[in-house]
Amino acid sequence: MRERQVHGIVRPKNAASTALRLILFAVLGLFVLYYLMPLIVMVVTALKPLEEIRTGTLLSLPRDITFEPTLRAWNSACVGVRCEGLKPYVWNSIAMVIPAVVLSTMLGAINGYALTKWRFRGAAIIFGLMLFGAFIPFQVVLLPMARTLGAMGLAGTVPGLVLVHTVYGLAFTTLFFRNFFISVSDGIVQAAKVDGAGFFGIFFRIVLPMSPPAIVVTVIWQFTQIWNDFLFGIAFTVGDSNPVTVALNNLVASSTGVKEYNVDMSAAIIAAIPTLIVYVFAGKYFIRGLSAGAVKG
Amino acid sequence: MTRFRKGTALAFGLGLLMASTAAHAGGTVEVLHWWTSGGEAKAVGELKKSFEAQDGTWIDSPIAGGGGDAAMTALRARVVAGNPPTAVQLKGPGIQEWANEGAVADIDDVAKAEDWDGVLPPVLAEIMKYDGKYVAAPVNIHRVDWLWANPEVLAKVDADVPTTWDEFNATAEKLKAAGITPLAHGGQPWQDATVFEVVALGLGGADFYRKALVDLDMEALQSDTMVKVFDQMRTLRGYVDPGFSGRDWNLATSMVMNGEAAFQIMGDWAKGEFLAAGKVPGEDFLCAPAPGNAFILNSDSFVMFKVLGADRVEGQKVLASLIMSPGFQETFNLAKGSIPARIDVALDKFDDCAKRSHEDLTAATASASLVPSMAHEMAVPRSVRGEFLDVVTEHFNSDMSSQEAVDRLVAAIQRAM
Amino acid sequence: MARTPANLFMRVRRVDLWLPKLVVAPSFALSLFFVYGFIAWTIYISFTRSGIMPRYEFAGLIQYIRLWETPRWYVALQNLVVFGVLFMAICMAIGILLAILLDQRIRAEGVLRTIYLYPMALSFIVTGTAWKWILNPTLGIEKLMHDIGWESFQFDWLVDRDMAIYTIVIAGVWQSSGYVMALFLAGLRSIDDEIIKAAAIDGAGPIRTYVGIVLPMLRPVFLSAFITLMHLAIKSYDLVVALTAGGPGIATDVPATFMYSYAFQRSELGLAAASAVMMLITVMAVVVPYLYSELRAGRK
Repeated sequence: MRERQVHGIVRPKNAASTALRLILFAVLGLFVLYYLMPLIVMVVTALKPLEEIRTGTLLSLPRDITFEPTLRAWNSACVGVRCEGLKPYVWNSIAMVIPAVVLSTMLGAINGYALTKWRFRGAAIIFGLMLFGAFIPFQVVLLPMARTLGAMGLAGTVPGLVLVHTVYGLAFTTLFFRNFFISVSDGIVQAAKVDGAGFFGIFFRIVLPMSPPAIVVTVIWQFTQIWNDFLFGIAFTVGDSNPVTVALNNLVASSTGVKEYNVDMSAAIIAAIPTLIVYVFAGKYFIRGLSAGAVKG
Repeated sequence: MTRFRKGTALAFGLGLLMASTAAHAGGTVEVLHWWTSGGEAKAVGELKKSFEAQDGTWIDSPIAGGGGDAAMTALRARVVAGNPPTAVQLKGPGIQEWANEGAVADIDDVAKAEDWDGVLPPVLAEIMKYDGKYVAAPVNIHRVDWLWANPEVLAKVDADVPTTWDEFNATAEKLKAAGITPLAHGGQPWQDATVFEVVALGLGGADFYRKALVDLDMEALQSDTMVKVFDQMRTLRGYVDPGFSGRDWNLATSMVMNGEAAFQIMGDWAKGEFLAAGKVPGEDFLCAPAPGNAFILNSDSFVMFKVLGADRVEGQKVLASLIMSPGFQETFNLAKGSIPARIDVALDKFDDCAKRSHEDLTAATASASLVPSMAHEMAVPRSVRGEFLDVVTEHFNSDMSSQEAVDRLVAAIQRAM
Repeated sequence: MARTPANLFMRVRRVDLWLPKLVVAPSFALSLFFVYGFIAWTIYISFTRSGIMPRYEFAGLIQYIRLWETPRWYVALQNLVVFGVLFMAICMAIGILLAILLDQRIRAEGVLRTIYLYPMALSFIVTGTAWKWILNPTLGIEKLMHDIGWESFQFDWLVDRDMAIYTIVIAGVWQSSGYVMALFLAGLRSIDDEIIKAAAIDGAGPIRTYVGIVLPMLRPVFLSAFITLMHLAIKSYDLVVALTAGGPGIATDVPATFMYSYAFQRSELGLAAASAVMMLITVMAVVVPYLYSELRAGRK
């Protein structure tokens, strides 16, 4: 997307607008504090020895920075009776999140394309029906889903979880792509049709190369949703195949008399890092992707 | 990357998992439990160690949180999926509920061969059976009605451990005046209910307790005694610190340990926390039965679910037998703070609190003042227990009058039944 | 726009007539089964006496009668209204405000945007511990202020049953307002600059330009933000569980936690299904008209 060319409306011209400008920054700064507070608490606490946590306050900076709790959270803290830290569970989450994101994004892309550029009879109804899936409370589907996974022999497995996330991600991915493709001019597609290009030909050679903004939005969305999922993880996986969120919950509850806040916070940060990285590095594409069409629903 | 491959390999499902572990002589068990904190985690570690010492394969499925609520969610999903865990930490009427659904396996042959009937208290043995056959193996007996105290703090206000609720209130006022939090408490519904049932026992005695909290007798539930119980709860609300809401029980225990608070009303799993921190009973902390001269029974047990595969069935038998072996009952309960479920295990290695618990248990059995815990799912079905918890916790956290609490309780229980 | 006339004189290959349908079919079939099939199952269960496990004998409206006799359900509904209204209103207000402010040619925009947006990346399972800490009167902000010397400062909403629901709003807004900001910022960026220039030439001040001209043009953004927030509010679960677990007492219970607790903790599947149906009806009442208008708009 092109960057905005024109200047903002509030322009530093005179004293009044300078004051306005100051207020603007004050307000923005205040919100920065609000948004950053939990993260600061987490990071500061994770780096402090227990003694300092007990004597200091919430936001006091660590005097002796220690990475020992972080290391413990990564590879030796106890989750139940298994004392290997979060490491194995992070791998479980990765093994689950990658196929689920890839599958649901691919399906969403092709659905969005078929529903907008090859409008067939009933396409709108089909889209409407699929979209409703985004709005159901997931607690509702736990038991029937468990039964279905059992019947398919996928109960308690990572592929089972991949299936669940793919299915309930479809509504969102289809929505994102459909809204994006709707804003893409039909002219190019029509021209390609005239030239005799087929359904898949147009998709792979014309539509897909135009889609990175939509793909970025969809991948970011799906990645965070699936990585952060707790409910499905707890219901559909067995001990060793737990995703990292479930392990984190167990770890935080596995205190031995003294609650080791620094290990807990470190573990929380470890579980948060992948999604944080995605947001920090891809965040601007997210906004661009949104303005590139996902908004114009 | 090996870890990654292992994760993916696991993905191929139980069939493969079973095949790959079938070589083990002691069988395989997958154990679903929620013992993840301090003494509990250590205790379950003992069980795992003993099981592995018999060449078995232990798959650990801990699900922490909410006193087993999260674990119950997982259990239901697993049973519905036709993929139940081998053994599940379950108790009280919950055992009967799952047995009613035809989901549990019978381990009666192990029980007969080892004469469980001869070594378990009859009240407990009944709970472990469905249709006259053993379906569960008890690991321990917990006493709920304990008062934990910090002697140093009590000395500051020159007080002893109280033996009635009036004495407790008097001591608490003194503590409060001295700027010490009288009662360490975690504001979670099950903890509120624990205090509630201990108060009910103290004010009404074992008969009242049984009528109201076990038999759900409407007259007892509506009685003046029940109003007084809620009055005392209101008084206790004034003795907790402002940060109590949502606190985990073991953090409340460490408040007593560190001298931040004087008392905690909690079952003897709290002792596990004291011991894990290297504290000595009688010196660093005191244990005293809460007022009432009775015994509120809580017992953890493992229920064997119906599973497929000779390997797993074998694992269940080995596990059941292991759980009931005197050696295991000793090591496990030393770690957990409870006393053995078998009455024939020598208590030489146990501390004074445990010995006191055992004596009182024997006395309570003889005088029919042994009652099952409502808060800990030993007395009533989960649906009824849930209604108790709602009302008790709502009353404790608001300014509801005691009479209103009683009225709500009666209405709620009628609705649940 | 559907089936443009171009189709008529174009050489459309026969295979391309059914290929689009074939491609959409698997996803549609999955939705039918996993969404509508399961909804149907839940509706059926709400008419049975299912307890610990599903049972299939029809029992009429008994669970609905019991549901509407349960005081806790009313608490949950009331909380949903309080939380939902505040959550949506504050998220919208903050989101729009931040988007407009960020639209003022701020040098640090990239950094600020990332900071405002990052909470969306985190689940409350992750941030719950930190939030509980911040809000806890004996550990968090209250203690911090006391240590600084502001002894009379009081912030104990988390443990105050009348105020606890507002701490949920604070944390909920923290997580979702950045997303609203992103939506509106994207919307602002897609508005033609000429319009703003023209307004400036007409002598409209910044506030009038935004309130009178720009925001009304963002109607579709309002709508999609509203729908997103609405369904987040109704589905709020992790948030409540991580912060208060429904407490103090049952003061912060919402329908999602109510349903979960009855289904999985209390062995009251039938009652839980009835409450789930109520939630579904609420969602449908909002979403279906929206979808309908959206799809009609897309057709023109």
